[in-house]
Amino acid sequence: MSLLRVEKLSKEFGGVHAVEDLSFSVSRGTIHSIIGPNGAGKTTLFNLITGIYQPTSGKVFLEDEEITNRPVHALAAKGMSRTFQNLQIFFNMTALENVMVGHHLHLDRRLLPALLHMGTLVRRDRECRDYCIELMEFVGCGKYRNSDAASMPYGALKRLEIARALASKPKLLLLDEPAAGLNATESREIDEVIKKVAAQGVTVVLVEHDMKMVMGISDHILALDYGRKLAEGTPAEVGSNPDVVAAYLGAAV
Amino acid sequence: MFAEFLQFLLSGITIGAIYALAGLGFSIIYNSSHVINFAQGEFIMVGAMSTVALVGTGVPLPVAILIAIVATMLVGLALEKFAIEPARNADVVTLIIITIGASIFLRGVAQVLWGKDFHSLRAFTGDTPINIMGATIVPQSLWVLGVTMVVIIALGWFFSRTLAGKAMLATSYNRLAAQLCGIAVKRVLMLSFGLSAMLGAIGGIVVTPITFTSYEAGIMLGLKGFTAAVLGGLGNGAGAVVGGLIVGVAEAMGAGYISSAYKDAIAFVIILFVLFFMPSGLFGKRATDRV
Amino acid sequence: MQRNRYIGLAVLAIVIALLPLAFSNNYHYDIAILAGFNAIVCVGLNLLVGYAGQISLGHAGFFALGAYASGILTTRYGVPPLLALLSGAVFVGFLAFVLARPILRLKGHYLAMATLGIGIIISIVLNTESWITGGPDGLMTDAFSVAGVALTTEKTWYWVVGGLLLFAVWLALNIIDSPIGRALRALHGSEVGAQVVGVDTTQYKVLVFVISAVFASVVGSLFAHYVGLMTPTSAGFMKSVELVAMVVFGGMASTYGAVVGAAILTSLPQFLATLHDYEAVVLGAVLMGTMIFMPRGLLPTMVRLIRRWGQ
Repeated sequence: MSLLRVEKLSKEFGGVHAVEDLSFSVSRGTIHSIIGPNGAGKTTLFNLITGIYQPTSGKVFLEDEEITNRPVHALAAKGMSRTFQNLQIFFNMTALENVMVGHHLHLDRRLLPALLHMGTLVRRDRECRDYCIELMEFVGCGKYRNSDAASMPYGALKRLEIARALASKPKLLLLDEPAAGLNATESREIDEVIKKVAAQGVTVVLVEHDMKMVMGISDHILALDYGRKLAEGTPAEVGSNPDVVAAYLGAAV
Repeated sequence: MFAEFLQFLLSGITIGAIYALAGLGFSIIYNSSHVINFAQGEFIMVGAMSTVALVGTGVPLPVAILIAIVATMLVGLALEKFAIEPARNADVVTLIIITIGASIFLRGVAQVLWGKDFHSLRAFTGDTPINIMGATIVPQSLWVLGVTMVVIIALGWFFSRTLAGKAMLATSYNRLAAQLCGIAVKRVLMLSFGLSAMLGAIGGIVVTPITFTSYEAGIMLGLKGFTAAVLGGLGNGAGAVVGGLIVGVAEAMGAGYISSAYKDAIAFVIILFVLFFMPSGLFGKRATDRV
Repeated sequence: MQRNRYIGLAVLAIVIALLPLAFSNNYHYDIAILAGFNAIVCVGLNLLVGYAGQISLGHAGFFALGAYASGILTTRYGVPPLLALLSGAVFVGFLAFVLARPILRLKGHYLAMATLGIGIIISIVLNTESWITGGPDGLMTDAFSVAGVALTTEKTWYWVVGGLLLFAVWLALNIIDSPIGRALRALHGSEVGAQVVGVDTTQYKVLVFVISAVFASVVGSLFAHYVGLMTPTSAGFMKSVELVAMVVFGGMASTYGAVVGAAILTSLPQFLATLHDYEAVVLGAVLMGTMIFMPRGLLPTMVRLIRRWGQ
């Protein structure tokens, strides 16, 4: 059974097909990469899967349950979380609090215990704090635990977003260009983090611009161009696909 | 029956013209800076009150009007230079508070300078009412409508024919691109505040012989101007004019047929309705958030 | 975090306890009581404006509804004051709940204008429906009493309001330091960022709008009993602006900042009595100046300066 399944998904913006008639599925426990040149529709596809955009047509299934048009926050409860290409950090909070928000669904969210600062809530909050510190160590930004998010460097914020997404204990994690804007060393470290995440049983869908970078870590690759599926398969298959090479080099083959 | 209806319609259109000018002022500033200027109503008040004050000291009306318009424009430019520009990159809430602060400040200054009394101006060309199919209209109403029309036509010409106007339009569509084309965006900002202040002052001056003015007169006029701008689609000039007329007429009809006590509430009921059910207004484009 | 909270509360308690030493007459108590009322409203309003980042220019409307509910229920229907206060709070909470969903879909300027519109409509209704509200002349209200004990002197009111302020601050701090509070701050920081980890942002906006409205309503009820005469101006646009001004002047997203802002902006005009004509000029200038030169507000800016100086 596939964890995520997309059926004939299309999204139009005023006559422009950002995603067109796209179908694919992601099996459990794999790293699934989506590649394609700029404007291929990768981020739009993420926004469709995570409910931020409503598709013009087509369906999305998570564990064979249809989730098309569900509100964004409801999908987190179903076990989906994501990061953003252009960062959606809570800059008005500390780094640790950012991650703790990620754990929101697993905490006591009732008003009365919060108002009265009741012991059970405080205890769970304290456990959450420890857990989130662990997560920050895990993704490699533990030293910023007491920093304000606004004072952190870009590379650390990228990791912080991954930690926040992990704090929601997702089955499916969508990472939108987690290495964009990072230098070579930092990119490699992020690769390691992604592998560790996958090794824990979280299914990862990764959007990357740079095809070479994803070849090493992906189990499966989907190549997009102009919102359509260009090729799909193992890294070796996709890497040797003449259409993919053409799309990337712009050469007629 | 019909005469009564016509009467309400005429007074609605007259006051609606002033809302239209205020709404245009909101739109012009919003387009160039994405700031909602809560002090727009105070431009109306400053224009009217300074004309009254000048006439009171014996200055002939046309000269007083000219000086008052220039003075209001200076107030607008000062507001942009000293309050908006230093907070260029501030968030929306901050900008709202700044312009509210400016409006309170201007009201305070007006109160200190001119007191808390109501003031009026002599009508420009007499008070003999004109009879139209059973309804009456004062000559000043014609002045209001005529001046508003001239101003709107002049604005249309300004935005479509002059370089400065085109620069302002370009800036409203895409600030960065305009900057790259060599448009001095800062000057566009100044210009938009000056222009809005001028519109407010003109509206305030022509309507004062009908409605009276006081240091507080700008609050309601400004808020209703905003209603006009939102109703027409924020940033849409023609929309603001239509919105102003609709608000003015709805208010006059509501006061006439329903309850005069709730006259001021009508504009706010309209704005809530628009914001809840058609937030992009009658003619605005729907904007989508990008993630 | 935990220790900080109790230090802050202790400092506030000490200030409240020692302040009367500086008072020489009932007028001073009066100013302090009014400042306390405003401070409690601002502590609630700050949850909405400062923490959740949703502006409201209509909270004076909720304040006035609470006040009129108490005034009308106690004087016309003989309801005991405490029950009237609670009924008012339930009514205002319900009204805020109904209004919150459509209103809080709006952002920025639109939200400001919609809340402002609601406040103004409330004040016009209070002004017009004089058969029940007394209209522009206002509504007389009796003294507050619980179980036959009436609050009459300024001194007793002072201790009651002081105690309530401490309680309100404690409640606010509790909310902020809970999953709910973090969700509120998160939706301020990035709405979509909060949603993807499961925060139902609409629900939390509604919640905080209702909480802040109830704060205003409860204080409004007490205020009506304290001053004994309510007029529709207390629902007006300017009163709403003053409340927001206190929050932003003291420090957005700082509970103690809201208290400080309310205390200063309430008492300042009283001490500048000779400059009475310049009250609006000063208020306007303070608002603009704060936003331009210290957009974080007074208390957070001071704390920052002290920290930097300490290093």
